[in-house]
Amino acid sequence: MLIYTLRRLASAVPTLFIIVTVAFFLVRFAPGGPFDMEQPVAPQVLENLKRAYSLDQPLFYQYLDYLGKLVRGDLGPSYSALDFTVGEMLMRGLPYSISLGFGALILAVFGGVTAGVVAALHQNSASDYSVMTVATVGVTVPNFVVGPLLQLVFGLMLGLLPLGGWGGGDLSHRILPTIALALPQMAVIARLTRGAMIEALRADHIRTLRANGLSNSIIITHALRGALLPVISYLGPAAAALVTGSVVIEKIFAIPGVGAYFVDGALNRDYTLVMGTVVMLAGFVVVFNLIVDLLYAALDPRVRYE
Amino acid sequence: MNKSWQSLTGYLRVGLVAALATGALITGASAEVTYRRGNAGDPKTLDQHQTSIDVEANILRDLYDGLLAYDSRGKVTPAAAASWSISPDGKVYTFKLRENGKWSNGDPVKASDFVFSFRRMLDPQTAARYAALHYPIKNARAVNRGELPPAELGVKAIDDKTLEITLEQPTPYFLELLTHQTALPLHQASVEKYGKDFVRPGNLVSNGAFKLSEFVPSDHIKVVKNPNYFDAKDVKVDTVMFYPTEDSAAAVRRFMAGELDTNYQFPIDQLNFLKQKLGSQVRTAPYLSIEYYATNVQKPPFNDPRVRHALSLAIDRDFLAEKTWGGAAVPAYRMTPPGLQNYTPPEIAAAGETQLDREDKAKELIKAAGYGPGQKPLKIEIRYNTNDSNKNTATAVADMWKSVLGAEVTLLNSDIKSHYAYLQNKGDFDIARAGWVGDYADPQNFLFLGLSDNAVSNYSRYKNPDYDALLKKSDETGDQAARMKILSDAEAMFMKDEPVIPLIYRSSLHLVSPKVSGYEDNVQNVHRSRYISIAP
Repeated sequence: MLIYTLRRLASAVPTLFIIVTVAFFLVRFAPGGPFDMEQPVAPQVLENLKRAYSLDQPLFYQYLDYLGKLVRGDLGPSYSALDFTVGEMLMRGLPYSISLGFGALILAVFGGVTAGVVAALHQNSASDYSVMTVATVGVTVPNFVVGPLLQLVFGLMLGLLPLGGWGGGDLSHRILPTIALALPQMAVIARLTRGAMIEALRADHIRTLRANGLSNSIIITHALRGALLPVISYLGPAAAALVTGSVVIEKIFAIPGVGAYFVDGALNRDYTLVMGTVVMLAGFVVVFNLIVDLLYAALDPRVRYE
Repeated sequence: MNKSWQSLTGYLRVGLVAALATGALITGASAEVTYRRGNAGDPKTLDQHQTSIDVEANILRDLYDGLLAYDSRGKVTPAAAASWSISPDGKVYTFKLRENGKWSNGDPVKASDFVFSFRRMLDPQTAARYAALHYPIKNARAVNRGELPPAELGVKAIDDKTLEITLEQPTPYFLELLTHQTALPLHQASVEKYGKDFVRPGNLVSNGAFKLSEFVPSDHIKVVKNPNYFDAKDVKVDTVMFYPTEDSAAAVRRFMAGELDTNYQFPIDQLNFLKQKLGSQVRTAPYLSIEYYATNVQKPPFNDPRVRHALSLAIDRDFLAEKTWGGAAVPAYRMTPPGLQNYTPPEIAAAGETQLDREDKAKELIKAAGYGPGQKPLKIEIRYNTNDSNKNTATAVADMWKSVLGAEVTLLNSDIKSHYAYLQNKGDFDIARAGWVGDYADPQNFLFLGLSDNAVSNYSRYKNPDYDALLKKSDETGDQAARMKILSDAEAMFMKDEPVIPLIYRSSLHLVSPKVSGYEDNVQNVHRSRYISIAP
């Protein structure tokens, strides 16, 4: 198991290298640069700026330079947040995104699995239809609608919760963004769980349990174990997406996370910020996929990693 | 499962403790006045030499006092300087600093702090984005090019409280320039001690009404009253919280819920709704900015002034201002926005006519130029950078050109960086959208857009030696009235050629709670928190 984990992590290095290389050159192909603005800078100033950021060097040299610094853990200075390095920005923003993302993940898993199981156990009943209707709505309504709706209802109309800001991590500030972030995931998980659970309940070993007269709760526990497998494999990328922040939710609720870094970085031609975000995202996806594979082994006795 | 439960309860516990702690803080607070200010975005920097946008200026103008500054109505007033004199040849400015001027750490504000700041600004190593704004200072350009050492810059400390600035040539708008956020002083000792990190809370020493207390990027910036400020007794708020309200629609909801006292920017398409709902809390005021369409004057048919005039006359600017921009704009028939002091702009005939008259003229002109129905087809591509207002404007203008001139109009949009890089790299185009926000309140700051040696922002590639000569002459004219007359003549010449088609002057958009006083509309769009007071 340990050897398997180490091997998986080692094999991620060439993957990361390819991702970094492709991203580095792709972002440079975009027209315009970090210093093109509505209020343009003077030619002499542009020269000074390019020199200050080593953008006057040949591109391949810049690439080697970036790789060298990356290996040492230096993600370079940001072009859009001038007082900070990309490393500092990520270290500052990630705790907010991770904390919010984990809250949403837990909510999504608990809510989604519970709803899915309830729906599966009462297949084709009123509770099944209502759960699935809510889940379909949850998947289809985009979060740029859900976010403002929550703000309007709970913030403006009922005056129960603050509409935005982190508020120093105050729980009241987290409730709305966590719900808005969790809802679509919860809906997907509910649908996945329901489908897998219905299938699991029809499996041979469950039928044997039932034939032996075991109690309903034991049967559900056994069925759930098998039914969770598709949910777990979905959770890998979903968790990576949640903890690295959502552009829409973080903007609407003014959360200082890293969600907007990728889009803002790309629009601002903040080359180093885009690269830093790519490295971070790739890292999270690698780690979460690994966790998923390890969980598989724990849940499914047929899967073994030697 | 068990693990998840633990982390969930842990998460809840942390939240609960935080909630209690915040609650305790709120109840424990006394009559401290906090001004919660929505600032439309995060500053990219708090370094006055890297700054380039208004969001930064709003914060920097609270932290620092330049030699001169704008008051609540946008008038230039003495700030760190108590008085000044200008030599008869208009080239040497001598400033007397306030005797009681102090930094937030108690150090006296010295002339050498200004010298240090100006030198750092023009040092090529600093790579200051707005360095070129200060090229009127003697040797500034050469220093910024690395041809002379920063010590050769024409800024000298005569003694601790006397600063002398020598210019290359008389620059009548120089005092206006000094109000810009890039002309703010620096506390030399702390910049030398902390280097690039002098902007961090705890390190930053400032001489304005407030000092930096907290900076949590994308969350808030907290500045607190500076007890060492010369006018501290008149500063009525103790704390200003700047919130980076980038999502302006969400900011409107936060303002309506009472989470913000003022907010900068709101979605233009909500203007009517907001006016109904919030009445006088919605503030729109013209400021120093213009939206225009540059025509490619080197390319047929746009090289023909008749075509350019026809295109201009066919645009219903009242429609643009009222409908497309929802009333948050004023029709523009010339380059300089209203509100420039001492300036009498030239009469533009079209401005006083009805749209029907203008359209008739447009049809005549385009016919005489040989384009339109029955003649050569008039094909036009409008390039603009992607955003809703630009798209709506381009769609409306395309429709006007189609219906009035029978033109075939296509639209092409790209993101802002690509758009301006394309224009600045002299890419081929027919009509290109551009905008300009004045850096200082002087007609020159708008008319220079048409100078033939303006390599970056003369997108039309307009070349007129007579126009260049007039602007040069205005720079050399010390007498303010005579200079303004020359600039007015220059603008008349520019509009006769009309290489760019002015569309509208944008309005600044603010939401101001009735609790707030001292937030005056002004064309500079400068609102320093030191003039704000907040009713409980």
